[in-house]
Amino acid sequence: MNALIEDFGPVWGFWLGVGQILAIMVMLLLTLAFILLFDRKVWAAVMMRKGPNVVGPFGLLQSFADFLKFVFKEIIIPAGANKTVFILAPLITFTLAFAAWAVVPWAPGWVIADLNVGILYLFAISSLGVYGIIMGGWASNSKYPFLGGLRSAAQMVSYEVSIGFIIITVLLLVGSMNLTDIVNHQRAGIGAWNAFAWPTVFVMFPMFVIFFISALAETNRPPFDLPEAEAELVAGYQVEYSSTPYLLFMIGEYLSIVLMCAMMSILFLGGWHAPWGPVENPFFAFGILYFKIWVCFFFFAMVKAIVPRYRYDQLMRLGWKVLLPTSLAAVALIAGWVAYGRPSLPLTGLGG
Amino acid sequence: MSYLTEYLPILIFIAVAAALGVGFMLAAWVLAPSNPDPEKVSAYECGFNAFDDARMKFDVRFYLVSILFIIFDLEVAFLFPLTLSLDDVGVFGFWSVMAFLGVLTVGFVYEWKKGALEWE
Repeated sequence: MNALIEDFGPVWGFWLGVGQILAIMVMLLLTLAFILLFDRKVWAAVMMRKGPNVVGPFGLLQSFADFLKFVFKEIIIPAGANKTVFILAPLITFTLAFAAWAVVPWAPGWVIADLNVGILYLFAISSLGVYGIIMGGWASNSKYPFLGGLRSAAQMVSYEVSIGFIIITVLLLVGSMNLTDIVNHQRAGIGAWNAFAWPTVFVMFPMFVIFFISALAETNRPPFDLPEAEAELVAGYQVEYSSTPYLLFMIGEYLSIVLMCAMMSILFLGGWHAPWGPVENPFFAFGILYFKIWVCFFFFAMVKAIVPRYRYDQLMRLGWKVLLPTSLAAVALIAGWVAYGRPSLPLTGLGG
Repeated sequence: MSYLTEYLPILIFIAVAAALGVGFMLAAWVLAPSNPDPEKVSAYECGFNAFDDARMKFDVRFYLVSILFIIFDLEVAFLFPLTLSLDDVGVFGFWSVMAFLGVLTVGFVYEWKKGALEWE
């Protein structure tokens, strides 16, 4: 945006920047509409059902019909609720879920704000996401949302610690917090991607898997969807919400899932660079990153379909006693490897 | 001051997102019917009328988890500067950080043995 202001003057540059922001938001919302359908289609296919197939060809317009239905439903505010907080909670979730995308680089130069501490900003914004949920659960003044909000807060903070450590391992390898630098560090193809680079693959590939598991827990996705475990808590913190406030929660939730997919692609899977080497054409680069996000989301959808839900004590045990010590050990290993001059293993000449 | 202008687009981004969210809510406010009655706006309960206030006592372990989280999140925050300067501080810096992590690990083992992480 600052480049635009330099090129076109303060007025035109500003409005062109706002136009870019709107374009990204519309693109995200459209992506979300189809990714929601994709989620349901994958889930249905695993169960040998057809999934949504009535609205539009192959049900492609299902999400738009759902949107209209949300808008025409009554907003119910419970009598005992704290009305301001009740209304504020979905807005906060929605706004924060969008705010994180301001620093995500889509292609060389295609980024709203190219912060030099981009990853720190992402980490901070995704930490704030817990506020929307706990506010919604508390303000409803109803038992299920209260319990759901508590559980969700505890779960999100537990897994955030291991996400933090895993991000540290990637930053140690790259030596920069700028997301564009992180992507360009992996420009040389699949052998340079942080998840597969030799010889750190022995540490970083497990870290990639742990990041994926933590991302599932962080976004309250199955098998860790305990805040909304429908068999015990009906829908968790969302019970009292209806109409567009509920829609905002749902958009926020899915947007942070897609953000986690984007982070996996950028941190571990080479961002916009192709498996065979660097990509400079912005449109092609955008397509590659977009495709990687969809592939990551496919795994999210498959896990939802095939893994049974965890119990709460199992969830906390996994987070604190397995993932946290493992990622802490990985930080020590990678830091040592970097500090001792990145020695390569004798097996091959690939690394260095 | 100049580096702050990098954050201006983010501020605008957040403002546009918030406006969109408010817009969605207003759309339902205007377009959807609104006729609340006492049954509809009472707190949700399953099979009987809601009783008591929902803000009840809850398990102290949720509180413990948040305290543990603060310690470890600070630890992560301390590690961020290391990632950028490890090439400069080298082996000495690495072992200093390992000593720091070691102290925290001792605390972590103590919590574990004390049963702060048990949810049975």
